[in-house]
Amino acid sequence: MKKEVLTDVTKLMDIDAPHVARNARAGQFVIVRIDEYGERIPLTIADYDRASGTITIIFQELGKSTKQLGQLTPGETLSSFAGPLGHPTEIRNYGTVVCMGGGVGIAPIYPVTRALKEAGNTVISIIGARTKNLLFWEERMMSVSDRLIVCTDDGSHGRAGLVTEPLKELLEDKGNSVAKVWAIGPASMMKFVTLTTKPYAVPTIVSLNTIMIDGTGMCGGCRVLLEEGAKFVCVDGPEFDGHKVDWDSLLSRLSFYKDEEREAVEYYEHKCRIDGATKKGRK
Amino acid sequence: MMAGLKPSERIKIKRHPMPNQDEHVRRGNFDEVALGYAPETAREEAERCLQCKDPKCVQGCPVGVLIPQFIKALREGDMVQAVKWMKIKNNLPAICGRVCPQESQCEGNCILGKKGEPVSIGRLERYVGDFELAHRTCPLVKAPKTGKRIAVVGSGPAGLTCAVDLGREGHDVTIFESLHGAGGVLIYGIPEFRLPKGVVHNEVNYAVECLGIKIKTDHVIGRSYTLDELLAEYDAVFLGTGAGLPSFMHIPGINLNGVMSANEFLTRVNLMKAYQFPDYDTPVKLGKKVAVIGAGNVAMDAVRCSLRLQALAAQKNGGEQGEVHIVYRRSKDEVPARREEVEHAGEEGVIFDFLTNPIEILGDEKRHVRALRCVRMELGEPDASGRRKPVERQGSEFDMEIDTVIMALGTNPNPIVFVDADGLERTKHGTAVADHETGRTKKKRVWAGGDVVTGAATVISAMGAGKRAAADIHTLMKGESTWD
Repeated sequence: MKKEVLTDVTKLMDIDAPHVARNARAGQFVIVRIDEYGERIPLTIADYDRASGTITIIFQELGKSTKQLGQLTPGETLSSFAGPLGHPTEIRNYGTVVCMGGGVGIAPIYPVTRALKEAGNTVISIIGARTKNLLFWEERMMSVSDRLIVCTDDGSHGRAGLVTEPLKELLEDKGNSVAKVWAIGPASMMKFVTLTTKPYAVPTIVSLNTIMIDGTGMCGGCRVLLEEGAKFVCVDGPEFDGHKVDWDSLLSRLSFYKDEEREAVEYYEHKCRIDGATKKGRK
Repeated sequence: MMAGLKPSERIKIKRHPMPNQDEHVRRGNFDEVALGYAPETAREEAERCLQCKDPKCVQGCPVGVLIPQFIKALREGDMVQAVKWMKIKNNLPAICGRVCPQESQCEGNCILGKKGEPVSIGRLERYVGDFELAHRTCPLVKAPKTGKRIAVVGSGPAGLTCAVDLGREGHDVTIFESLHGAGGVLIYGIPEFRLPKGVVHNEVNYAVECLGIKIKTDHVIGRSYTLDELLAEYDAVFLGTGAGLPSFMHIPGINLNGVMSANEFLTRVNLMKAYQFPDYDTPVKLGKKVAVIGAGNVAMDAVRCSLRLQALAAQKNGGEQGEVHIVYRRSKDEVPARREEVEHAGEEGVIFDFLTNPIEILGDEKRHVRALRCVRMELGEPDASGRRKPVERQGSEFDMEIDTVIMALGTNPNPIVFVDADGLERTKHGTAVADHETGRTKKKRVWAGGDVVTGAATVISAMGAGKRAAADIHTLMKGESTWD
């Protein structure tokens, strides 16, 4: 395993997992479980290397599991690493496409962008974050895009403002004739991207990251309401037509376990402090 | 030992009840409810068997356990021999003894049951299984190596049984499991208090170690490897992937917070050990008024887990215990769950709302469940399943105040395994088409058995299918039969 710190809260890891890498494609995800006590967390694949049998994951240290994951060092092993799961992105030559990554969503949009570029599309990419320190992979995204627009909410780097603003300008400019948009990032960002593209009737694909247990179709916890009814993100997705998603239902379901997530972080940090104190005591 | 009892004397011995954890205590913990027979009780119960010349019990068993033989050895005090008889047909007796629906199989056929109560075959099977796990007298023996490589997909009852039988015949067997542990529904579905996970791990590891079977966890067939990729590396493939995809009712409100499938709930509780949150990372959120919809074994498991979680929460945080309901559209007589589970659920305080059918789940302003809108039903003419069809009573609509809804309405086969599996025919219900006797699918060198073929059924019927497929695979591997 290789580890890289991308921002204050974002880390990258290359995981040795030949059984996942052999069939992995852009748009798919893995389920990670750290140890015997761990939960199963879904992470979208940020990159893969079939030859060396590795999968790159990028995560933000927000919850208990991602904080703990960030503490692992090269040489340590994960209890579980399953995948690749979900349908891969449908890569074709669509013409001009826009690829959008928000925050940690920059990681999974990268392999999609690269594949679309390789398929002959003209790729305009828009990446954004709250502030400069949360941005990463700007050069990497540039290398697979015909044009890259960078935004920060606070204007500390690139354009000041939300990613939807340059998107709207691109859509307004008839000369671009955008054929399709991909957006990966926080649910609220994806919601507003789809609201922006809807009046222009530009198909918009979003990659959903809902609450999930097994990731293989068993629990149904990841279900999302589309116009045609409920679908499972793990086996029917993770990519969906963003115009059909019931975003309010999705956002409310994402918040269902908030209290428990907070409790788990507090419990973990408390335990870390005790462990730290005991270790010092022994010395 | 009471050698030489006359049948008339045997008939007079009363069936021995299973010692259980007290119902008031057990509803506050996840420990096993049924404690198992003491050695003396087991021997006395074994004395009740009439040793029929034409044993009907065996005919009722999907794997044909040699019941009179093992019971005879047990009552003669020869446990090693009892284990030997058992293992000829059943590799996982400690599991079967706990989860089989004996009342409709072996015990349902027992001649003593015609006038009185049948021999407690299931409890005796468990006794023998537990004895063996503790003493390991009869390790499974592997026949000389055949050099044939066989892939088994799924480590649930069907896959495990098939793998073990093929391992005994000397084949080189690898099991592929998508989750992080082996056992399938035995570990994610059936709760600790009914089937302790220690028993499953013990039984699985014992068999697997004796026979050199490899288990690859975190391998999702259809994704990590496709079926065709497996066929390129293995001589035969058995699919025992079960029926893991949950069904939801098509009623308004199913996406509200507080509505979940029994699969999600049970997976959180059993596989991920949410009842020990935050020591284990995975939480489960349960309200004070829980409605479980359905009345099968999964529904009973879900409702009894709910009751225990409420008790644990009350112990931890104070406050009231709350209430749990089974909401079922048919009547008590049609309940499909194993009888013992229904009795235990009742003893523990589950409220049964029979002839009640939900038509809508109502939410509050935060999109959280607040009530279940239902109608009352009555039984009409028998339907296709032979059971009387429930019909809505006009004007009977009412709201139940509920904050958690768990749907236990059955499951369908998981479609992932069918990805890039050309030629593997499926029915319109999504189940694999396979021959009942041999397990052969429409795709050459691929067998299937268990819930992936039948749709959701029982542990033992899946074991039976795994066994029949193993026998057919073996004859083909030996060259004693051909595919066409």
